[in-house]
Amino acid sequence: MSSEMTAAHGGHADAHHGPAKGVMRWITTTNHKDIGTMYLVFSLLMLFVGGAMAMVIRSELAEPGLQVVNPAFFNEMMTLHGLIMIFGVLMPALVGFANWMVPMQIGAPDMALPRLNNWSFWLLVAGMSMLLSTLIMPGGAPAMGWTMYAPQVEQTPYAFPFMIFAVHLMGISSILGSINIISTILNLRAPDMKLLKMPLFVWTWFVTAFLLIAIMPVLAGGVTMLLFDRFFGTSFFNAAGGGSPILWQHVFWFFGHPEVYVMILPAFGIISEVIPTFSRKPLFGYTAMVYATASIAFVSFVVWAHHMFTSGMPTAAELFFMYSTMFIAIPTGIKIFNWVATMWRGSLTFETPMLFAIGFLFLFTIGGFSGVMLALVPADLQYHNSYFVVAHFHYVLVGGTLMALFAGTYYWLPKWTGHMYNEALGKWHFWLSVISFNVLFFPQHFLGLAGMPRRVPDYALQFADLNLLSSIGGFVFGATQLIFLYNVIRTVYRGKKATARVWEGAHGLEWTVPSPAPYHTFEDAPDVP
Amino acid sequence: MRKWSLVRWAGVAAGVVASPGAWATDWNMPRGVTPVSHQAFDLHMFAIWMMVGIAVVVFGAMTWSIIFHRRSRRPEPSTFTENMKFEVAWTIAPFLILVALAIPSTMVLLSDQNYHDAKMSIRITGYQWLWKYQYMSPADKPVYTIYSRIALASEERMNLDSKKSPWTDKHYLEDVDHPLVVPTHEKVLLLITSGDVIHSWWVPDFGEKQDAIPGFVTQMWIDVDKPGVYRGVCNQVCGAGHAYMPIVVVAKPKGEFEQWLHTHEQGAQAVAGNTATKAPALVAEESK
Repeated sequence: MSSEMTAAHGGHADAHHGPAKGVMRWITTTNHKDIGTMYLVFSLLMLFVGGAMAMVIRSELAEPGLQVVNPAFFNEMMTLHGLIMIFGVLMPALVGFANWMVPMQIGAPDMALPRLNNWSFWLLVAGMSMLLSTLIMPGGAPAMGWTMYAPQVEQTPYAFPFMIFAVHLMGISSILGSINIISTILNLRAPDMKLLKMPLFVWTWFVTAFLLIAIMPVLAGGVTMLLFDRFFGTSFFNAAGGGSPILWQHVFWFFGHPEVYVMILPAFGIISEVIPTFSRKPLFGYTAMVYATASIAFVSFVVWAHHMFTSGMPTAAELFFMYSTMFIAIPTGIKIFNWVATMWRGSLTFETPMLFAIGFLFLFTIGGFSGVMLALVPADLQYHNSYFVVAHFHYVLVGGTLMALFAGTYYWLPKWTGHMYNEALGKWHFWLSVISFNVLFFPQHFLGLAGMPRRVPDYALQFADLNLLSSIGGFVFGATQLIFLYNVIRTVYRGKKATARVWEGAHGLEWTVPSPAPYHTFEDAPDVP
Repeated sequence: MRKWSLVRWAGVAAGVVASPGAWATDWNMPRGVTPVSHQAFDLHMFAIWMMVGIAVVVFGAMTWSIIFHRRSRRPEPSTFTENMKFEVAWTIAPFLILVALAIPSTMVLLSDQNYHDAKMSIRITGYQWLWKYQYMSPADKPVYTIYSRIALASEERMNLDSKKSPWTDKHYLEDVDHPLVVPTHEKVLLLITSGDVIHSWWVPDFGEKQDAIPGFVTQMWIDVDKPGVYRGVCNQVCGAGHAYMPIVVVAKPKGEFEQWLHTHEQGAQAVAGNTATKAPALVAEESK
């Protein structure tokens, strides 16, 4: 214990020791870089688990009729795909980036609470393992979709309490991680790192951490109410006992809508790092970007019921949630415009991180367009729960967050590993991904408009052609990610030696340390330029 | 038919490029047959064109920058980092666009919230996995009930081990044994609820969907302007049979509809009389 304490405090001669050897290094580590790596590797693994489920879904949907799985198993795949991609891929990957980059970008030696950091990660592994274990339980995994709507969700057999405890574990993990990020940012900044000098990635995570602390307890409370309804005779969501199924929707979406900003705000942060570097021009409108991030976070708390326009809400409530939802487009638009202005009259080059960042700009903006359309109540009464919605949220989460994660990975991988990735493979990965992504998801807009509901294993004949096209896009998109996997693994073990600065346009403290970053960085606070 | 899917798709794609008509029918929201659906369609098209307009400007600027501000053309980047005028401009311009969208949306929403003066009401109840339709008397008693399940033709083709191909059923997953029948040119109120879990009643041609929630009644109104057969689906995942509870609504001219209802009501009463039930509600299967 004492050696870890001194290591965390730094300055002591003992602080220069390297990592422990063997598997215990990873189990007991309190080093932010080790934990960041574990988060990233875990999310990469889960990307392929959740992706495999997506392949099952697209195989079944390639043709009308059932060919591959029965409807019950299809629903399990659909549910786990959502839960894994959200809680096992996007969030952990962003936390992994935070672990690696936040201390290095603010000149801190480590996270403020290193032991809590280790605990956050292993709780996540425990929660996700518990969720995946439901696949081999009698009656199968949860099959109600990630939204877990009552009372349907209470028909889940053995898996039901496991799903709830998995959510609890992952929620605790997120809350602890967020507390850690906030404490680190508030307490461990280098002396001259004023709040309004922090890199945008740090800012977006600072805001996101508050969001997580506010919403995760709401979800935990909600699923606990579900648990009580099922096992202890309460009727929170049971109409026959005087409860309300709509209450669950309010509780869930009060968590669920800010949750989507949890997944996109740090992605905004990554993009705000990448675009200036490859435009060779500082970020345009830094202050506006910070305030836009904060206002998106605030407004995200008062838009949740736009997921419930068809549940018989009073007209006044529908109007309120329509206006508040539309309002979010303004700060989001400000961010898009500032990124374009950053590129404007810069000196652009198109290495893989920049390609993915530009892909993000286009695809996320398309997701934003369909988002504004979905806010319009009378039109939403048609769009709601159709494939139009499926297309919309895949444009913002895959076209948005996942593209940003790829951009960030290629951007910082040389700093993490000390090796350059293979640029040609990176470009193949980008072009194949962005083309197949659009083949996969763009037709789904039309499917939804023409009347295809989401979460179905089978459909009427007029939807056959576009579904086949979408499935072909899906298979190519899935296979393309193997290029990414190979490129990352290859970079870890070989590849051209990376310089400290890596990119000629890069600015920021993380580029002042060697590549790969030493096990302990900034034991003495750096000077902030 | 199946193996030509790709070829047909290419044909459809060509058709889309060639004619706006294909757009309007196969790949877009239907304009539908009720006042609500016409308004939803018009609002949707207005929103789409607004978005296309914004896309041209934003993507245009991005593309311009990608082409003309690359290093090979501009080795020296500019250094500007802030411009208050621009920040204000791109805050106000989207705000005005949003107001332009909010005004028609609000007007449509308010005008749709008009549930008065319906000539008749039909109570719709969702179950795992079928729909129940009850025609209500002016005194709010159910006078005639229909249970509407997926048609046999689909059932024979929808399982993993089915011998028949879905392609041999023209209305695969879109047909029921007993459709709901409604009059045209008459305001009908639909009162929607559920007997078990949440479902959602959606016929795209009627312009909206409403959730069927146990313990709650949601409502929508229709005033169908064209006789015909209109198809829809359950729109809220409700278990393994979610994809297998289609909706079919047959709209008949008023006279034909009244004759239809009268015949079936009498049949229902006869059945009820024979079985000598004391139940106030008259429930019967549609006569074969």
